Amino acid sequence: MNRIKQQFLAGPYLVWIIGFILLPLAMILYYAFFNEDGTFTLDNIASIADPVNLKAMGLSLELGVICTLICLLLAYPLAMILNNLHIKNQSFVVFVFMLPMWMNFMLRILAWKLLLNKNGVLNTILLSLGMERITILNTPAAVVFGMVYDYLPFMILPIYNAMARIKKDYIEAAHDLGANNFTVFFKIIVPLTVSGIISGIVMVFVPALTSFAISELLGGGKVLLIGNIIEESFMQGMQWNIGSGLSFVLMVFVMISMAITNAFDKDGEGGTAVW
Amino acid sequence: MKKKIIASGLISALAIACLSACNQGGQTQEQQSRGNTLTVLNYGKYIDEDALRQFENETGIDVKYEEYESPEEMYTKYKAGAIDYDVICTSEYIIQKLISEGEVLEQDYAALENYGNLDKDILDLAKSYDPNNTYTVPYFYGTLGICYDTTKVTEEEASSWDCLWDKSHANEIIMMNSVRDSFVPALKKLEYSLNTTDEAKLQEALALLDEQFPIVYAYFVDEIGDEMISGNAHVALVYSGEAAYAMDYNEDLAYCVPKEGSNLWIDSWFIPKTCKNEEAALKFIDFLCREDIGMANFDYVYYASPLTPVVEALDEEIRSNEAIIPSKESLEKCEVFTAISDEAAAYLNHLWQVLKSQL
Repeated sequence: MNRIKQQFLAGPYLVWIIGFILLPLAMILYYAFFNEDGTFTLDNIASIADPVNLKAMGLSLELGVICTLICLLLAYPLAMILNNLHIKNQSFVVFVFMLPMWMNFMLRILAWKLLLNKNGVLNTILLSLGMERITILNTPAAVVFGMVYDYLPFMILPIYNAMARIKKDYIEAAHDLGANNFTVFFKIIVPLTVSGIISGIVMVFVPALTSFAISELLGGGKVLLIGNIIEESFMQGMQWNIGSGLSFVLMVFVMISMAITNAFDKDGEGGTAVW
Repeated sequence: MKKKIIASGLISALAIACLSACNQGGQTQEQQSRGNTLTVLNYGKYIDEDALRQFENETGIDVKYEEYESPEEMYTKYKAGAIDYDVICTSEYIIQKLISEGEVLEQDYAALENYGNLDKDILDLAKSYDPNNTYTVPYFYGTLGICYDTTKVTEEEASSWDCLWDKSHANEIIMMNSVRDSFVPALKKLEYSLNTTDEAKLQEALALLDEQFPIVYAYFVDEIGDEMISGNAHVALVYSGEAAYAMDYNEDLAYCVPKEGSNLWIDSWFIPKTCKNEEAALKFIDFLCREDIGMANFDYVYYASPLTPVVEALDEEIRSNEAIIPSKESLEKCEVFTAISDEAAAYLNHLWQVLKSQL
């Protein structure tokens, strides 16, 4: 009886999952593997080999990797500092870090666009201090900046969670046995936070790889990522089949990243458990 | 009105396609409950709402009014077939596509009471996509040109597309992030037609755009007006309506249609095959051609009206503003986009991506 009730409660979610996840996925697969007149073809998938698409894919991977690395370098020390803070209400500090995420990311990126603009806030301050204007906007650097800004919390949280779970006893024991801070860090802390690092990497890398709005807004249309190519094939070129083919290729990349996480994170101890 | 959605693009496209697939069953019910109503589909913010109410009061016809953002969205909405539209307004190249697909009804528009108000020159230009003026009735029109900062660029410089290639404006040039629009300056510099599908000619145009790429500040869609207002660039490729908007906020800005020629866009009304109430649709189009209604709509939209009495009633200042009402000389130099084949469009799109994948 109880089971039926539970299944009944899952009903709305089932409708949601079918209508907005499975159905669109099926449609993408259909468009990807069939051409306009409905015959089976692999041309849409093969279009990833087109030099333009390859280049965009390469740039997406490159910016994705750079963004992930920067996030990792920023987030790891930050998570350590957060973890070692001896404040009563540590969750409040974490909450403060999460706060910006509650605002729509598009708005935050638009705000950065205004800040970094030629006559924007940043340049006005620099000029009034007698310094040179910086023109970062509409370059790949600006896109990486936007990605890092947007996805950093996704790196901090899982690492912080993994770190908070390390028992202080282990560290004390290591010290008692004569390990210096350096050894403790590499032999205890890092190995015990690997699952957090891996889920952080995936949670940053996947959205960075597939993003198109950030490159559109901060790249000024001059930075063409694979996401932008897909968006343009749908919205401008009316080439739904090629767009779907490329989406499929991108999905394969995403799935590979997911598989890597699962391999490292078998026990499900990573940060994803928090979400 | 060439607005395009940047964000949530994929999602909305999918959602529309998905919903339309589910919706087709509800069609018959819709038809039965239809009395003397008229279903209108138009660009967002593209009509004075009071005019709609006036039409309802005068004719007793109920107007069901729907809006869309981009021509592509309209095409998807119409093709989905969930709603039978009676009368639709959109851009010429999409109408041409629909005409070629046999989706547009032919009408004797010349018999409409207020048809005489329409400017003969505009009707002639419209013949490039509607040879006998029997498929469409022009609603608003405008040009593509250069919006420039008069403190940085002289009027003479801006009178030629060359200024978009001028290295002294490096990093101060804004182009449009849409394929056909951004090819206009290159094609016109080479004295080719905007509608050429000759691959060699398009390659030449691409070479020009390639040369321009390093000095372009950005390729924007909707934000060009705002970028010009805040002085982030010296020159920009824009549609006249966007330029008029920008000039309203920044008096240093000016607009001109370069001497090599440019694109003229015409948004028109047409009656699609799905129309269930042709009489009401014709009444509606006739109503929009009336002088007082045309004036109300002009005041609201602020694009060039093809209705001669409306233009004649305007102040000299507005009439001579090239960004609002294109001059006769500009019109002569301009060409209307015609729909190109799917293959040609795909080729053009490919060139565009080649251009933009340089970084």
